[in-house]
Amino acid sequence: MARVVGLTGDEVAAEAIRQINPDVIAAYPITPQTEIVQRLSQFVADGLISAEMVRVESEHSAMSACVGASASGARAMTATSANGLALMWEIVYIAASLRLPIVMPVVNRALSGPINIHCDHSDSMGARDSGWIQLYSENCQEIYDNLIQAVVIAENKEVLLPVMVTLDGFVLSHAMERVEILEDEEVKNFVGEYKNPHSLLDLNNPVTYGPLDLYDYYFEHKRQQVEAMEKALRVIQGVGKQFAKISGRSYGLIEEYRLEDAELVVIALGSTAGTIKEAVDELREEGVKAGLLKIRCFRPFPGREINEALKKVEAVAILDRSASFGAEGGPVFLEVRSSLFEKTERIPIINYIYGLGGRDIKVEEIKGVYQTLQRIARTKRVEKRVDYLGVRE
Amino acid sequence: MPSLKSLSQKKELLSGGHRLCPGCGASIIVRQVLSAVESPVVVCCSTGCLEVATTIYPFTAWKIPWIHSAFENAASTLSGVETAYRALKKKGKIKEEIKFIAFGGDGGTYDIGIQALSGVMERGHNLLYICYDNEAYMNTGIQRSSATPRGAATTTSPVGKAIPIGKERERKDMVEIMVAHNSPYVAQASPAYYNDLIKKVQKALSIEGPTFINIISPCPRGWRYDPSQSIQIAKLAVTTGFWPLYEVENGKYKITYRSRKRVPLIEWFKSQGRFRHLLKEENKKIVEELQRRVDEKERILLARAGEKI
Repeated sequence: MARVVGLTGDEVAAEAIRQINPDVIAAYPITPQTEIVQRLSQFVADGLISAEMVRVESEHSAMSACVGASASGARAMTATSANGLALMWEIVYIAASLRLPIVMPVVNRALSGPINIHCDHSDSMGARDSGWIQLYSENCQEIYDNLIQAVVIAENKEVLLPVMVTLDGFVLSHAMERVEILEDEEVKNFVGEYKNPHSLLDLNNPVTYGPLDLYDYYFEHKRQQVEAMEKALRVIQGVGKQFAKISGRSYGLIEEYRLEDAELVVIALGSTAGTIKEAVDELREEGVKAGLLKIRCFRPFPGREINEALKKVEAVAILDRSASFGAEGGPVFLEVRSSLFEKTERIPIINYIYGLGGRDIKVEEIKGVYQTLQRIARTKRVEKRVDYLGVRE
Repeated sequence: MPSLKSLSQKKELLSGGHRLCPGCGASIIVRQVLSAVESPVVVCCSTGCLEVATTIYPFTAWKIPWIHSAFENAASTLSGVETAYRALKKKGKIKEEIKFIAFGGDGGTYDIGIQALSGVMERGHNLLYICYDNEAYMNTGIQRSSATPRGAATTTSPVGKAIPIGKERERKDMVEIMVAHNSPYVAQASPAYYNDLIKKVQKALSIEGPTFINIISPCPRGWRYDPSQSIQIAKLAVTTGFWPLYEVENGKYKITYRSRKRVPLIEWFKSQGRFRHLLKEENKKIVEELQRRVDEKERILLARAGEKI
């Protein structure tokens, strides 16, 4: 039986971690992730969680300790944001290449500099090639659901890759929402026991982790990582369906919102998807065939699913909450446009960079995007490939 | 203390055939350390000579569980391993008593890894951290570190017309830094005194909490001497007073070996090519100054240990 509670994004992330009850948590506080670490510390102090908690002196050590713990057969978790993710960068890659199923909430925050504590996706988008699976959350319920599923996805034998579950800093991390929480026992059964078949602590089968890997083998190991990422697509979908059985909430790689007959589509990820749904509903009332394609899973990238979902579309706008300096657009735009390249009929696509450093995005601005899409659909012309929402030019 | 004979009969946990240089101090130190361990042990290495030369995929020289993740995080990686051990033991998933040892070079310990090591010391993990100190970044080709002694030539502290002495700054006192962390056991050792070294390892492992041993690791390539001389050099480091053998147990200092005859520091400089320039007339003053520093340091150490000069 689920119980309904009001929790902020950080609080619900901590609650999910409490129920997952990992063996080891190693974390370092950083705004806006701090609440997660504080609550977990309180859970430990109150004896509500049996995990060993390592209060490390930096995020670099947080990820390093998770690597050591996960290699030793423990279920290991951490959480971070922006500069913290940047500091642990080197070990983020190592965790993935050692195929350690570490799960980490990333509370999206703008990377310095200038220093800023508010939401954008520059942190996790920068890590898109690190070999981590990335699940983006639209609201507090999804943070909770994604975290629980992430454990099962990461530890799947076909996958064995770490997973980032992202949540928008402040927009979700500090916003209280209605969340359905499963029973502890249900979560416990769903995530099961973690068993590392190559545990460092298996004295009878001593293993060497992290050897020097040169030009004669490194490439094959990277190829295997690519393969694992590809296999993860199916596993993520499967876990999403399994999760529906205990929660009633089903998850795929993408979410299609009023897309079946949509002519004008906005693609986005994270909490902005909720704002877009509001705009879509209002426009539908006005007779505009507007729709939303929300990308839940950005790594691995669900190119096939996006292609299929955009069959009868006339114009598409892609919203990026991070800039890719010197590139031909934001990271989501580049990825989506590339995967649509094979289509026989070219869809006009426009890219919007928005919300950097926590700049708010409003329903009216999104309706403006759909207006532009109407014009593009009519004229079949994209005047400005990459544009900016809500910036003073 | 086991005899040399009984030690030689112990199973080697670091197999031969690895790619460390002939005369490398690191492998001698590892073998001495592992011969001291009486229970199962898990080892973590920082990036460095020891790591790259012993684990070239698909080979490994380690017959025990071993992990490496990066240069600066041997301490924090092993702290994760040790925490996992405690967590799994609490849940009854592991029964055995396991010891945990990290090996870092001076680069991974004094410099890039000092933050992670400091964190581990403060948090009180139950592990032994060993620094094999060869006084420069040897793996990348002899660049100076904060462990490089004043007057040593390295590729990034070379001798030149403007700077005739090589490295101008004193080396960092890592042992004191560890003592300042209130570690229950901190020691300094040399592979030339294997009985002293083994005793220290056994003591460190018998004590609950984070312990640290700094071990001088002669490097024929970086220090410029014949590989057959490594142990002699490791001995000279002690007899000249450059590398005193001592331990600090719960803040209490003890000199564990005192050479009957103190050899002048100039002999230490004569033994290695990295100090060759110090033998020139123009650097005489520096040599005298360095001798005074060693004498002064010894006086401080003896006073701390409550021993007579």
